[in-house]
Amino acid sequence: MNDQKPMIEVRNLDKFYGSFHALKGINLTVHQGEKMVVCGPSGSGKSTLIRCFNGLEFHNSGTLIVDGVEVHENAKEIRAIRQEVGMVFQQFNLFPHLTVLENLMIGPMKVRRLSRADADDTARKYLDRVHIPEQADKYPSQLSGGQQQRVAIARSLCMESRIMLFDEPTSALDPEMINEVLDVMVELVDTGMTMVVVTHEMGFARKVADTMVFMEMGEIVEISPPEQFFTNPSSERCRLFLNQILEH
Amino acid sequence: MSSFFQRLRWPDYLIVAVLLTFAGYIYFSIGGSLNYVWRWHLIPNYIYSWHTTREEWFANLLLQGLAATIRISIYSSILALILGTILGIARCSANLTIRMLARTYLELLRNIPPVVVVFIFFFFLSQQLIDFLNLERWARGIARQDDIAVWEFFFGEMRRFPSLISGVIVLALFESAFVGEIVRAGIQSVPKGQREAAKSIGMSRFQELRYIVLPQAMKKVVPPMANQFITLIKDSSIISLISVQELTFKTVELVASSRLIFEAWITAAAFYFIICFSLSRVFARLEKGRKPK
Repeated sequence: MNDQKPMIEVRNLDKFYGSFHALKGINLTVHQGEKMVVCGPSGSGKSTLIRCFNGLEFHNSGTLIVDGVEVHENAKEIRAIRQEVGMVFQQFNLFPHLTVLENLMIGPMKVRRLSRADADDTARKYLDRVHIPEQADKYPSQLSGGQQQRVAIARSLCMESRIMLFDEPTSALDPEMINEVLDVMVELVDTGMTMVVVTHEMGFARKVADTMVFMEMGEIVEISPPEQFFTNPSSERCRLFLNQILEH
Repeated sequence: MSSFFQRLRWPDYLIVAVLLTFAGYIYFSIGGSLNYVWRWHLIPNYIYSWHTTREEWFANLLLQGLAATIRISIYSSILALILGTILGIARCSANLTIRMLARTYLELLRNIPPVVVVFIFFFFLSQQLIDFLNLERWARGIARQDDIAVWEFFFGEMRRFPSLISGVIVLALFESAFVGEIVRAGIQSVPKGQREAAKSIGMSRFQELRYIVLPQAMKKVVPPMANQFITLIKDSSIISLISVQELTFKTVELVASSRLIFEAWITAAAFYFIICFSLSRVFARLEKGRKPK
């Protein structure tokens, strides 16, 4: 895996909110096609970290290189980076004033400058991919949470980005809808997409992850392949965390 | 309606009777102690009357004024909506200078009495603009043409066109501050996640505003915007001070020439009330009919 070219490179990255040290000297590399799952207790900086990857937050020091381009606050390339890095949010963030199809078409049409017909084709293709082609003309508020999150995934896919970030995609869902979203994500894994997923779904992680990352208090405590991570983690804190969430 | 009367009890009738007695007392004491002769029969003539020499019906002072008020209200609310939207966007701008300028404009307008604002705008801005664009000459040119029915329908008497325009500009500038605040509130009511989602698919700040934030914000501000439109109609009476020939100005004229003080003002009040009240009813009904999405 590691002979692939690096897509995201993080070196000594620090991030502050005022005096709060949110990310402390993060070092991390995500290679092309790699599936990385980031876990850790809430407030540990997982979301902040992946939000740096597409410029929704900016780091204060260190270097962050995404797809060969250095990310910083004044980067002219920031829009280009965002087009290459799709993101799925915990709260879906679908556009409520647009239909499902329009939600998927607006990015390709306005940002990628595709024609309406092409954007329509792309949108329907990815709506098929997430198994809800029949919902195309509904508004987001008419869909269930699981369906909304699948539309949000399709919206990111429509931009044909090379990297996908997932920020706790199933945390806001009712339990019976979690699997339909995870299934779509597992199918996405098979396409060879580079993925960074922040989640507490350890079953999903065990199944798809190439690399597991455990974060606590703004630091990366452990990076290891899943076999080692789940059976024999090197740090005590990671072991405690896994015990807590795997007990149930 | 019958259920309305059934709900009334004897104290309600008593209150109504007392109010009617009081109104009647005022009415007759004006006639008695002020030695005022009520001449209501003359009023219809000043609304719509028969031109004896030209032998045709024509809209007299009050109706002309009403038409002008409606025209001015429509034009200035369109202009105020445009200016206000720009102002509201400026208030939410990432650039500090732009935010401060918008804030200054707003605070100035909020803390100066409307009448003073109207005079300042009139002398410093709209008058200069009209001179600069040479509107006087242009309007007189139009007025001299033969077939000007369309022009008159939209702008009234063409010789008065510059005054109408300065009225519209002054009123729009004044109202834009309040429209701007409504738009700002609307923009800020759009959840942060919407902006992040727009950014995450690579939209520029402009695209984010144009396709994601503004459509949602504008939908939310329709009810307060409708109220502001009604306020604008009422505020339009202020521009009578700069000789714009709208309803209030025409009423002053009528009072000066005919001495129908009470009748003329009551009629003008009734006109304003009918327009504003029926609009607010219409808006309330539309609001009810809007399906919450």
